[in-house]
Amino acid sequence: MYNILIGGAAGQGIDTTVTILERLLKKSGYYVYTTKDVMSRVRGGHNFSTIRFGDQAIYSHSNKLDGMIALNQETISEHRKKLNENGFILCDAKLQTEDAKAILLNMEEMAKELGDFRVSGSIAIGAILKLFGENLDYAKEVMSTTVKEAYIEINMKAISLGYHLVETRFPRKKGNFQDWMLLSGNSSIALGAIAAGLRFYSAYPMSPSTSIMEYLASKGTETNIVVEQAEDEIAAINMAIGASFAGARAMTATSGGGFSLMVEALGLSGIAEIPLVVANIQRPGPATGLPTRTEQSDLKFVISASQGEFPRMVIAIKDHRDAFYQTIRAFSLAEKYQIPVILLSDQYLADSTATVKPFPLDDFSMEPLPTISNIDAEDIEENYLRYRITEDGISPRRIPGETKAFVTADSDEHDEKGWITESAQMRIQMMDKRMRKLQNLQQELLEPLFLGAESCETLFIGWGSTYGPIREAVEILNQDDKGKYGALVFGDVFPLPTRELIKYSKTAKTLINVEQNATGQLAGLIREYTGIQCTQSILKYDGRQISAEEIVQQLQKGGR
Amino acid sequence: MAHYQTYETAWCPGCGNFSILRCLKTALEELGKDPTKVLIAAGIGQAAKTPQYISTNSFCGLHGRSLPAASAAKIANEELTVIVNTGDGDSYGEGGNHFIHTIRRNVDITHFVHDNQIYGLTKGQASPTTSEGHKTAVQTYGNRNTPLNPVLLAIASGAGFVARSFSGDPQHLTTIMKQAISYKGYALVDILQPCVSFNKINTYRYYKDRVYYLDEDHDPTDKMAAIQKSMEFDDHIPIGILYYEEKPDFHQKNPILSKGGPLYQKNCSKKDLEHLITEFI
Repeated sequence: MYNILIGGAAGQGIDTTVTILERLLKKSGYYVYTTKDVMSRVRGGHNFSTIRFGDQAIYSHSNKLDGMIALNQETISEHRKKLNENGFILCDAKLQTEDAKAILLNMEEMAKELGDFRVSGSIAIGAILKLFGENLDYAKEVMSTTVKEAYIEINMKAISLGYHLVETRFPRKKGNFQDWMLLSGNSSIALGAIAAGLRFYSAYPMSPSTSIMEYLASKGTETNIVVEQAEDEIAAINMAIGASFAGARAMTATSGGGFSLMVEALGLSGIAEIPLVVANIQRPGPATGLPTRTEQSDLKFVISASQGEFPRMVIAIKDHRDAFYQTIRAFSLAEKYQIPVILLSDQYLADSTATVKPFPLDDFSMEPLPTISNIDAEDIEENYLRYRITEDGISPRRIPGETKAFVTADSDEHDEKGWITESAQMRIQMMDKRMRKLQNLQQELLEPLFLGAESCETLFIGWGSTYGPIREAVEILNQDDKGKYGALVFGDVFPLPTRELIKYSKTAKTLINVEQNATGQLAGLIREYTGIQCTQSILKYDGRQISAEEIVQQLQKGGR
Repeated sequence: MAHYQTYETAWCPGCGNFSILRCLKTALEELGKDPTKVLIAAGIGQAAKTPQYISTNSFCGLHGRSLPAASAAKIANEELTVIVNTGDGDSYGEGGNHFIHTIRRNVDITHFVHDNQIYGLTKGQASPTTSEGHKTAVQTYGNRNTPLNPVLLAIASGAGFVARSFSGDPQHLTTIMKQAISYKGYALVDILQPCVSFNKINTYRYYKDRVYYLDEDHDPTDKMAAIQKSMEFDDHIPIGILYYEEKPDFHQKNPILSKGGPLYQKNCSKKDLEHLITEFI
């Protein structure tokens, strides 16, 4: 497995270089995992990406580097200590570094000679391909999908030029992933939403959620999805609710700040029983926090957001593949139970790309809405009761205008017809009816994923995006101490599935929650619902995703 | 002919809302709108109870948030006639931002604002349209804030149908309502309405003495004239269509919706999805 870093200032074209390089490596058969570390600015600062690639599946990033492309001096000083013994620093000769690991190339000058200084990145790409024993077979194909046609030729010249400037240092590894997808967490959510039959998407731009809206907007016309940029998050969620009420599968996404504005409407979805999918792509808070960085600190917030009590479901996304399936599941549960379903992801997953097997399209249905077949005939006539009290708490949902039934929605407490009421008895009946939906929902919960050795003494507990780092950490630890380490990684976090947790907590001696927040929010939730106490915590809240190596180090330090 | 039932209300006797509800019912009946294809939406307030008192589909959402929800319902199903009936506090106060942006979006919905220049549901505090100096339980020395001019704001923001009417003139109100509902795009009717319980200044008498009809001398397609007329309020209040402009609505401007058919019945083919997946390979 290899790991290279591309670093420089915002505006130096890191993104383009990374996109081309990751695609080239994947085409060559590698499994690729790319992460982004970006400052909240358009020019300057220090941004970097790491591309990890190998012939086996990769689940997260790593802080050990085989090499770097340094577009500025800061990249070298910031990351040099992460280089392996035989690691290299590929940089422009103008940086004038005397570092023994440096490969100095006159890239900018050569690019100018080729006719455009901006193609220096492609010279670096050519050099990287050669260093890792690649050929140029896929260069043209990848170029043609990433740069404008007028620039393909000059970029091809640049790649070829760079290719011949260095010698191969690393043996080429033959992976079998060339036909897999290269997908960001946010793209995977968007694809899942399309597959689930999304028709209306409204959102307000907010990092790191915006790329969902951008992707859907770019594909809206061909997929029959109306994408509307709202004036604020309050409008965004109320629009999604309005569209859903009228029969269109609807979704909105935001980050914590925007979610804060959506809170009241979340309760509207709850009491009016209008299906809704909201994705919260978390970033560090409070308030504006660290806009372009990662954290898992909204768990306790989203499970209790909004006044009053109503059933809801919260699903944390574990990885890029999971994002697709959980998004489909979110739509399906929202519709089945007529509840709000919240998807929790974070900047780490949102902006990173992983190699994912193409989704088979027969695994899920794209049924049109709604299905009248499963309800009584009386439910489509004048005596229809939108909020009929039923055993399972789910009332027959109709689409306004489709039948003779008048469809109602009310944010006030209401009777079965949907009219405002203050009857004490009706209040109790309606509350009970809504909360009864949880009984069946409980049966559908997915237990956390267990990793490692069944008879483990130390059990890591995590949720969402820490899945990858935890998985790798458990593998590393079990290499030395076979059978000592295991992990439970939660996807469904609310309601909290407890069966596996109770089972493994009986045998494991040490329970360590690994979370990207300062207070151990999942550990708190576990305590509340099971009485089980985590004995140690590994918590990280500096805005950067924890790596497997850090988990191992923290464990050796005894956690905190 | 379409027939609309109305139900028992919780309004004060003599409230302007009764007349507005009757006019709404008459307007819908005279337009021959099928009640099962009508959606009346509202936020929260006394006026916002309107959807509960008439036999149509209804959406009683959150305070101030009816416009985005109603717009999206229309986007989801173009076959619905979507009408928002709600108050001045809901429309211009809590929902002020949505008011401006709903105008810009120009979805084909109709917005009837029951403007009684006071908060009724919360018992008598100043609303965005309460006149300066008006004393209330909160504005104890008289309202110090400049009242919002909703019709001027609507015209300035680009609305294509801006009208004013008066609940005390049901014939006029019904006519204006029918025109507003028939307008293709966002239509605003600011309806002057006395609040018999909490507004002792802007009474029936007050409005009766001041309102006058806009006649042929006013050209509603002349924006400057419309702006001028919309600024008349205190002693003489013009009622009628202040501004009228035909312009493409949200559906016409949207490549998916302009093809026609309810959005919620459309789908993405498996082939198209497959294509998207291969783009990532």
